Amino acid sequence: MCLGIPGEIIEILTDRPDLAKVDVCGVKRAINIGLLEDEELNAGDWVLIHVGFAMSKIDEREAKAALEFLEGIGQAYAEELAALSESNIT
Amino acid sequence: MSQGTAPPSEQTKANWAEEAVAEHAGAVQLTREEQVLERIDRARRRKARIKEPRITMSHGAGGKASRTLTEAIFLDALSNTVLEELEDAASLTVGTAKLAFTTDSFVVSPLFFPGGNIGDLAVNGTVNDLAMSGARPLYLSAGFILEEGFPVDDLRTIVASMAAAAERAGVTVVTGDTKVVQRGKGDGCYINTAGVGVLERAVPLRAASAKPGDAVLVSGPIGEHGVTIMLCRGELDIEADLESDTAPLHEIAAALLDAVPGVRMMRDATRGGVATILNEVAVASQVSVVIDEAAIPVNPMVNGACELLGIDPLYVACEGRLVTVVDGDQAEAALAALAGHPLGAGAAIIGRVKDDPPGLVLLKTSFGGTRIVDLLVGDPLPRIC
Amino acid sequence: MRFVDEFRDAEKAIALSAQITALCEPGRHYKFMEVCGGHTHTIYKHGLEDYLPDTVQLVHGPGCPVCVIPMGRVDDAIAIAEEPGVIMTSFGDMMRVPGGRGSFFDSNAAGADIRMVYSPLDALKVAQANPSKLVVFMAIGFETTAPSTAMTMLRAEALGLTNFSIFCNHVTIIPAIKAILDSPDLRLDGFIGPGHVSTVIGCRPYEFIAREHNKPLVCAGFEPLDILQSVYMLMLQLKEGRSEVENQYSRVVPWDGNLKALKVINQTMTLRPYFEWRGLGFISHSALAVNDRYAAFDAERIFNVPGVRVADPKACQCGEVLKGVLKPWECKVFGTACTPETPIGTCMVSSEGACAAYYNFGRFTRERVKEATRTVDIELTAARP
Repeated sequence: MCLGIPGEIIEILTDRPDLAKVDVCGVKRAINIGLLEDEELNAGDWVLIHVGFAMSKIDEREAKAALEFLEGIGQAYAEELAALSESNIT
Repeated sequence: MSQGTAPPSEQTKANWAEEAVAEHAGAVQLTREEQVLERIDRARRRKARIKEPRITMSHGAGGKASRTLTEAIFLDALSNTVLEELEDAASLTVGTAKLAFTTDSFVVSPLFFPGGNIGDLAVNGTVNDLAMSGARPLYLSAGFILEEGFPVDDLRTIVASMAAAAERAGVTVVTGDTKVVQRGKGDGCYINTAGVGVLERAVPLRAASAKPGDAVLVSGPIGEHGVTIMLCRGELDIEADLESDTAPLHEIAAALLDAVPGVRMMRDATRGGVATILNEVAVASQVSVVIDEAAIPVNPMVNGACELLGIDPLYVACEGRLVTVVDGDQAEAALAALAGHPLGAGAAIIGRVKDDPPGLVLLKTSFGGTRIVDLLVGDPLPRIC
Repeated sequence: MRFVDEFRDAEKAIALSAQITALCEPGRHYKFMEVCGGHTHTIYKHGLEDYLPDTVQLVHGPGCPVCVIPMGRVDDAIAIAEEPGVIMTSFGDMMRVPGGRGSFFDSNAAGADIRMVYSPLDALKVAQANPSKLVVFMAIGFETTAPSTAMTMLRAEALGLTNFSIFCNHVTIIPAIKAILDSPDLRLDGFIGPGHVSTVIGCRPYEFIAREHNKPLVCAGFEPLDILQSVYMLMLQLKEGRSEVENQYSRVVPWDGNLKALKVINQTMTLRPYFEWRGLGFISHSALAVNDRYAAFDAERIFNVPGVRVADPKACQCGEVLKGVLKPWECKVFGTACTPETPIGTCMVSSEGACAAYYNFGRFTRERVKEATRTVDIELTAARP
């Protein structure tokens, strides 16, 4: 029920400005973007879709930051593992 | 009279819930988590009973309710050793001939969809049931229930498709029947078929034959038929370039059986999807079927549509894919045999059979965790085939 | 799938898992509650608990909007559906939830017209397509979904529809969290905060939890790495002696929420003085009703709703499971009287409920299954070219 899926806007419908066409893995659907009327939405933007409505514009910078954090953790872990395998306390 | 200024004091009980509790009155609190599998297993092995007074859509979904209906009503009244096998086709001996015999009904809505129509499903579906039992499909019957007002041209198209599909599958439609019901009493066109094939191979294929160490394979990407039907019902405003995967599997099945002597069972994944077949194998053979999420072939569009709709591709119907369990040592040979046929593009080894925990299907998620793939409850996609 | 696959990476999970373990104080046990049903679902679907050390336990909270609907409200919906000329529309997960006398599926079997939709806008289309019928939408969900229902009422008003109404069962998350916090037998170290609810209400409403109850809360996304990272952030807070609200899901959740969404909720709905939550009892100011201005779209004013309460059987221990006092398998009726097909109480009702998720996805001892899946991995790697 909390089902929200990221989709890419491919077209804002000209005759119905409260609707946009989104693409999720090649599957296209028209969704209502009325809840984001204060944001500027263009083709190429990503939004979170829930029961036919766009709830939020996905902030790509924040997404990048989140991934970088995860990469960092991964890096630190890999380095630690490497250090562990090289160290010898016997 | 909605919730007013004070909580209403009138209260009733849910009789069905009170009865369920009373039925299991001896239940005590479990002390160890290990006991929970046993408890659920015991509860499930109780004699199947239909509690609802009326048939619901769940009974047609191919999952738990369908199974309960089959056991409680049909097996109960009609019991015999052949029927109880509950395989896709019945194996019969008539004189010296060994035959496979099957029946199927087609109620798909809409009748016409990308990739085919109800006629294609009818022929391919029946051919597949026979092929999955290792038989060479030979003869089909076709019974039509037509609704008053159904366009004759649509009927012509459907029957032309059936003729083409029959030729492709090397079968002949040798007998048939037609009935007409009044407008409103039937949804355009329903088709019932029966099929007969000859069993020329020695080894019986049964869901109860799986052994620890066996490999599980699927012949191609899953969920395409079910999602295609969902999308073209037009209620969802979703467009995708998807087609039903309806196809006759007799040749690819024969290729597999020729190349691999150690095939334990084959099933075509229709209602209830791959997950339903794997559960049937796990329970019938009392083994654990362990599959690897990353190995399961799924078209990205099917994935996308399933994510949008909140359904799991493992439960979505196919109409031209087979699931097979083979002797573990012959897994590579089986894969090669499937992949060597045009309908096997995208074939994959998706898992292994283990001995423990018996009766369960386990999924190793691509995230690296584990979960169970249980029997389908409810009906996510009605009138799929 | 972009913004999805990157957050399902197993390697990063291993690294995060090591970091979480490193933050564990020897001899200490940690209990975090994820409030959202969607999080419960993700945790089980991906087998996320495999990545947590034994001393870190996740408790599944009451954030499943389907689960908390009392049986009496389902009966009310059915009563509306049974009125002449009514088409009831509902999300799929409500279709098989049993009320006091049966589910929507059962009702259809008895002659009602209850249809599955994926969006309230689909219900609007049904109303436009059937002008002689009264179309009702069963509106459920937390603040995530309430704006969509509100927007749909606004659109119905703009279209001048006179045959469309809402049966409003929207609930709000903060009172539920308060109810958990106020319970005397609570032992939680922190919260994995709602993700999509927070896109609407923002992160500020949770500040009282950190400030007054001294429990950290991290708003989490719905991919497994999101939840794992959130656990890491909670552990770090505990280690550093902090108690704050943090936003792990910052790519989607704005700190201040969605003002337009809040505006349309206020425009069309009002807070009920109290509402019954299955498993938690009556909670004041915890649910929404259609307000006076939009009365024309309020099914409770248009139809005669019985409003009878149906009690869960005494054997039901959902209240304790919801607060983390009992694990699902420790409930006396788990797996016997109470199964996903016959859910005695809220925790078993939808696949997001704690007991249903455990039953469907996770009912095994980790060690047994880890062994089974570990060797599959090695063999499959060998099999693939």
